[in-house]
Amino acid sequence: MEAYIGLIPGLPVLSFLMIVFLGRIMSRRAIAIIAVGSVCFSAILTIMAGISFINADSGGTAFTSTLYTWMNAGGFSAGITLKLDALSLVFCFVITFVGALIHLYSVEFMQDDEGFSRFFAYMNLFVASMLVLVLADNLLLLYLGWEGVGLCSYLLIGFWYKDPENNNAARKAFIVTRIGDTFMIIGLFLLFISFGTLDIDTLMQQAPVQWHSGSPLAVISALLLLGGAVGKSAQLPLQTWLPDAMAGPSPVSALIHAATMVTAGVYLIARTHVLFSLAPAVQTLVAIIGAATLLIAGFSALNQHDLKRVLAYSTISQIGYMFLALGVGAWSAAIFHFMIHAFFKALLFLAAGSVILLLHEEHDMHKMGGLRKSMPLVFITFLIGGASLSALPLITAGFYSKDEILWYSWSSVMGEKWLWLAGIAGALITSLYTFRMIFLTFFGELKIEPKHKPGILMGIPLAILAFLSLTGGFIQLPENFGHVHLFSNLLNPLFPDVRFTGEALPEWLFQVISAIIALGGVWLAYHYYYKKRTIPDLFNQHRLNDFFYKGWGFDWLYDRLIVKPVEWVSTINKNDVLDRIYTYIAQSTLFVNRLLSRSQNGRLRLYALVFTAGLVILLTIMLTL
Amino acid sequence: MVTISMEIQLLFAGMIFLIGLVGFLVRRNVIFMLLSIEIMLNSAGLAFVIAGSHWMQTDGQVMFIFILTVSAAEVSVGLALILQMYNHFRTLDADSISKLRDKKVI
Repeated sequence: MEAYIGLIPGLPVLSFLMIVFLGRIMSRRAIAIIAVGSVCFSAILTIMAGISFINADSGGTAFTSTLYTWMNAGGFSAGITLKLDALSLVFCFVITFVGALIHLYSVEFMQDDEGFSRFFAYMNLFVASMLVLVLADNLLLLYLGWEGVGLCSYLLIGFWYKDPENNNAARKAFIVTRIGDTFMIIGLFLLFISFGTLDIDTLMQQAPVQWHSGSPLAVISALLLLGGAVGKSAQLPLQTWLPDAMAGPSPVSALIHAATMVTAGVYLIARTHVLFSLAPAVQTLVAIIGAATLLIAGFSALNQHDLKRVLAYSTISQIGYMFLALGVGAWSAAIFHFMIHAFFKALLFLAAGSVILLLHEEHDMHKMGGLRKSMPLVFITFLIGGASLSALPLITAGFYSKDEILWYSWSSVMGEKWLWLAGIAGALITSLYTFRMIFLTFFGELKIEPKHKPGILMGIPLAILAFLSLTGGFIQLPENFGHVHLFSNLLNPLFPDVRFTGEALPEWLFQVISAIIALGGVWLAYHYYYKKRTIPDLFNQHRLNDFFYKGWGFDWLYDRLIVKPVEWVSTINKNDVLDRIYTYIAQSTLFVNRLLSRSQNGRLRLYALVFTAGLVILLTIMLTL
Repeated sequence: MVTISMEIQLLFAGMIFLIGLVGFLVRRNVIFMLLSIEIMLNSAGLAFVIAGSHWMQTDGQVMFIFILTVSAAEVSVGLALILQMYNHFRTLDADSISKLRDKKVI
């Protein structure tokens, strides 16, 4: 099996190269087959690896494959070494499997676009970068994938580059995530200075030996890595790029939100969980960031008009849940929620993409309506995705993954009651905005007639993802019923167990509460957005809504704090103040040159006189000294 | 035989040099300027000979022969230039030929 690991990211890279160099002479059909086929083969290889993984006796096995030595100098070596363990396997599975479905969907979605080959080249590179990120066995290679993901997100968000707005969104995504990347690379330097290696396994073994819990270096390095994770995963305070990233085509949004990019932060924290365990303060900070982000993004999602922006804020909010889980030490719960989230969020984005495409690029939900009858497949799958997102009890996968997080956020040692409170409040908001979206888009009277029904290439991915959004949760059922632990059994050898506080309340109580909360959200949405009951004035203050609509004014704040001062400085410095110094030096040299050149007047006797005078002066000096 | 002290001898050579120098500075005719240069060269040669006789070395006289050779070459080149100058400008006034200079830029 080891020999094939290189092919998992290798195939998309190969396909990327082929499309880049031969894309001009290939037909669209050939491009589609190569692009989709390569990711599909990666998915098959991942599944094969997964089967041989589960068949191996102990859960802690890992396949390692060194492709070649990247660099080896001065006691530092980093190889292109891929390592497939249980955590990588889960991520690989989601990336390749969901990625393949998104690729398949894109074939129909992008069929009339002139940038067809460019689109698939970028998408393949995106998938490949993310695979390198999760398969890397050292942090340097991980950083390579990390940056590749950032580059591809820039290219794909600004895919329709003719509109300057899209380019601005792409630049914003790149620059904001880059702030996080800078923290991360500093963190890598710190780890390298402390341990002399960037190999993840060695680091994780050495860290508890050299650093005691809560030592300053451990705290700083965990903070720096958290900075990188926060940037990529669009968490507070670097979350502002993700809503604008909707400028790209819908499959790109699906890929960014579900399979690649934003989950990189979750992966990084899970992968370096030893460091975070050594710095309990930082781990608590992770939980606080997650709780704050999920509430802030939830309120913002509640007030959006654009269908895709609701989904964008919901992604920020759901990743907030994952951070919350990481922060309370429920590592495998976070990864489980990541997987389930990938299924339903990809589904929601693809369904929303079909709606937008078939309604002539209409994004505003208030102008949609009544699509329930005219596009039934999209409606049903969207409803399933929405139900999973709002964690409707028992039938949806989202219920099992979110419930696990909420349960741990109360009852684990790192958990706090108010973290749970934030999570449960977020759950109410989640189901409220999800069903607001569903009622506005699919119910009511038909406002815009769709062009045609989505074709089979769009339909298949929607159906598969809808199936997974419903059944994906059954591989990890709670302790009190079912007691199926396939998922955590796979991951448990990698992570320490969750430690519970003594006086834990029974788990069923939390399940009942979150079920009631989720259904309550649906009920509220039904009343206020379907029945059109007037919303109480308390909740309908125009200015507050506007505040939420603009994402809590973070863009405004950053504009004032960072963008405006930079613009101000650059306006002052338009003529390059530093360059003035050099200009003055050059100008004064020229001035002296012109003064001296006046003495060269062509009069021979004057020259001789000056010459003599110089001689006399020199002689006088020499004789007097 | 009357011996003259070396200081007097060198003073004499210096006076000849000064006569040449002053002549070079005050004369405007190029031929006289060339003559003044010859006088200065000869005074320098004289100083070498004085020094050579003082230390009983032949080097001073050897040096003088060198100076003579150089001045002969110099005079031939100088005279040729003066001839060209007269042909070109129809004057021998050194002050009136000042074309070789920097252009006035300021």
